[in-house]
Amino acid sequence: MDKVIIAQNLSLAYSKDETIINKANFSIDSGSFVFITGASGSGKSTLLKSLYGVLKPIEGSLVVGGVELKGVSNAKLNFLRKHLGIVFQDYKLVKEWTIEKNIMLPLIINGYEKSITQSQVDSLLKHVRLQHQVGKYPLELSGGEQQRVAMARALAHNPILILADEPTGNLDDYSSQLIWNLLEGANEQLKTTVIVVTHHIPETMKVDYKHYHIEFGEVHEVI
Amino acid sequence: MKSFKNHISLVIALVSILFSLQIFTIVDRSINAYKENLAKNYSLVVVSQKTLQPKELTNKITALSSVEQLSPDGIIKKLNTGISKKNIELLKITLPKFYKFKLKRYPTPAELQKIKKELLAYPYITKVETFSNTHDTTYKLLLLFKNVISVLAISILLVTILLIFKELRIWQFKHNERMNIMGLFGAPTWLRSAVLFRLSIVDAFIAFAVSFVIFSYFSSSPWVKEQFANIGISIVIFDRVYDSMIMLGVSMTVSILLASFIVLGHKEEV
Repeated sequence: MDKVIIAQNLSLAYSKDETIINKANFSIDSGSFVFITGASGSGKSTLLKSLYGVLKPIEGSLVVGGVELKGVSNAKLNFLRKHLGIVFQDYKLVKEWTIEKNIMLPLIINGYEKSITQSQVDSLLKHVRLQHQVGKYPLELSGGEQQRVAMARALAHNPILILADEPTGNLDDYSSQLIWNLLEGANEQLKTTVIVVTHHIPETMKVDYKHYHIEFGEVHEVI
Repeated sequence: MKSFKNHISLVIALVSILFSLQIFTIVDRSINAYKENLAKNYSLVVVSQKTLQPKELTNKITALSSVEQLSPDGIIKKLNTGISKKNIELLKITLPKFYKFKLKRYPTPAELQKIKKELLAYPYITKVETFSNTHDTTYKLLLLFKNVISVLAISILLVTILLIFKELRIWQFKHNERMNIMGLFGAPTWLRSAVLFRLSIVDAFIAFAVSFVIFSYFSSSPWVKEQFANIGISIVIFDRVYDSMIMLGVSMTVSILLASFIVLGHKEEV
């Protein structure tokens, strides 16, 4: 099976004196569903950030979607990010844009035609059950609804890899379940690789998944 | 309302820059026109023992525009109390020659002294009257006026630049989040900053349009025309083609520079 992520002796740090991830070795198969867990401050969000190139490896190698992220150029990083769907704990929606325009963002960046963009947004709004909120701005929605918009944005361009950082952290049960269903659906039906950083793995998971745990800067696979 | 607020701060700053620039241009044109008027009415009086060759003089002293001999008839008429015609002719020959020298432009006091020195270097020129007291006072008054306006224009410019830098920080804060989010989804720099450049170009155009309307009205106002007529000068207060192009250019340059600083100063959040 193709590897979508390969980390070899990967070390990550925000400053020289404090290493967060220390010489990690792991690989993730294309089309798999992966959970990364760990205590607060263990480095799980840091590891996720490194996967979309916000934090560069200080040592070792990290290849995501065939792109080596150590010393990666801006052009290559942009190319990689165009094929990623990212869900953030704090949603990261553009406040001055309507929810449709927020969902459209990756489609615009990937140069989709306007007609395709519009029909894709309409379909995604139905999927995340927000068709009644068309024309609204993110701050007019609840936290759960905002995360559903962020989820729709992450799925809009059929990415090869979805990275989700505690996507249900602050959400109500209804929104949480909807998010998990969407992530599982993307993995099952579209064969999209999904990596979720979370404190708790939901008990209702229907798909097979891999589980990595981070402790003291080391990444272990939990079997 | 929100969109209006987004535009107003930069538009005001840009209008102030264009306003001070155009006021400075008007003052500069007025002073130059006034100097031309003064130069037309200003002349040196030169006394020579011999007849001068105007062409030779204007070739050697480039500041001179024309040399005209003054007729001694007026003086002779006053003395003409029973002097014979023959003696009058003799008197005409022995009297020194008086000349009126016109200059190409109104000179500075230093330039005037230089011309005087050059003229006195001719052995047969005995006196050069420059009317320097009156000339110096007028020239210094013009200079003072120009300096006061320049200081005023520079002060407005400095305050505006400070305002623009303050605006830059607000814009940086306002646009950083959007640019950051777009960057996380792989948007290239031009796409991330497109909104910013579009906004700054629109603001530059609004500022230009506002200034164009103000100065078009100002230049066609009968009251303004009357003021210029009162001091005897006629200038182009606002050239709708040349001045407009300068205004649009300055407005666009400042605005695009502002946007470029924001784009260059943008750093991805970790």
